[in-house]
Amino acid sequence: MNGPFDFTLGLGDDALVAAQRLAEWTTRAPEMEEDIALANIALDQLGAARLLLTYAGELEGAGRDEDALAYLRDDREFRNALLVELPNGDFAVTMAKLFFLAAYQLPLYSALAGCADERLAAIGAKARKESAYHLDHGALWVKRLGDGTEESHRRMQSAVDEVWPYTHELFAADPAAPVDPATLRPAFDDTVGSVLAEATLTKPEGPWAPAGGRTGVHTEHLSYLLAEMQVLHRAHPGARW
Amino acid sequence: MSEPTSREQTPLWEVFVRARRGLSHTHVGSLHAPDAELALRNARDLYTRRQEGVSIWVVPAGAITASSPDEKDAFFDPAADKVYRHPTFYEVPDGVAHL
Repeated sequence: MNGPFDFTLGLGDDALVAAQRLAEWTTRAPEMEEDIALANIALDQLGAARLLLTYAGELEGAGRDEDALAYLRDDREFRNALLVELPNGDFAVTMAKLFFLAAYQLPLYSALAGCADERLAAIGAKARKESAYHLDHGALWVKRLGDGTEESHRRMQSAVDEVWPYTHELFAADPAAPVDPATLRPAFDDTVGSVLAEATLTKPEGPWAPAGGRTGVHTEHLSYLLAEMQVLHRAHPGARW
Repeated sequence: MSEPTSREQTPLWEVFVRARRGLSHTHVGSLHAPDAELALRNARDLYTRRQEGVSIWVVPAGAITASSPDEKDAFFDPAADKVYRHPTFYEVPDGVAHL
């Protein structure tokens, strides 16, 4: 990565793509209450995405606003981590993704809140409270499913195993960034270790660590997500309610 | 599928929200949740997303003992003709603006 623009764009894209994926649960969640919780979390992510992408556009200085960045880039221009673009899978996979993302975003936004860049500090200060709630929500489901029935344990362990390799990309070192993601790893490992232990789940091991999202090399899933997210704006540029 | 639906598995909770400091918790509605912690989280999402409150209680609906509509007459009507229970039979002294 290269400078505050790429860094900010990457965080904004994480939040935007996570919001779009979570919104797919709307009207489909296992319970009405959970439906609203996931929509709330999606809206929190969207709010953070708007602030980050707006600021990224200003840092770039090429006249692109949040809409231009969200709706008029192709998949190779997106800088989100692969974790957030993975399909939702079953509810356990969604909770594993949410839990890992929040366990990364909470220390990230907390660190940003104290960084030298005032805009990023303000965004971090706002978003970290939301992330604390996302982490709480994800963790309580990981615990309940992991330490629930035989079937829920099987599914939760399988979800954790499936998603885990994608978490490594979040912590790729970038010493020049306002917050070096590598410094967030200990807090993440602490959170994940204690929640998985309480959930009677096994922390996966193994060397496989897919990456590429931060340089625009994505899984095939992202372009389908973008197609749905961008179709209206591309068909009717500047459309308003 | 013979498994019960999630709706049948999850008990009902009554939700009480305190709008701000100094006010009482007020009943705002009910929701389903498998346990108290989730009930509290769900209540936060369902009932305080527009800054309606500063504190939430959740109570298992089964733990509430309610008066029955059949008992309405016996419960409430006897109070109807006892106007002397209202504090309206004495003069309010001057200068007591906020009694």
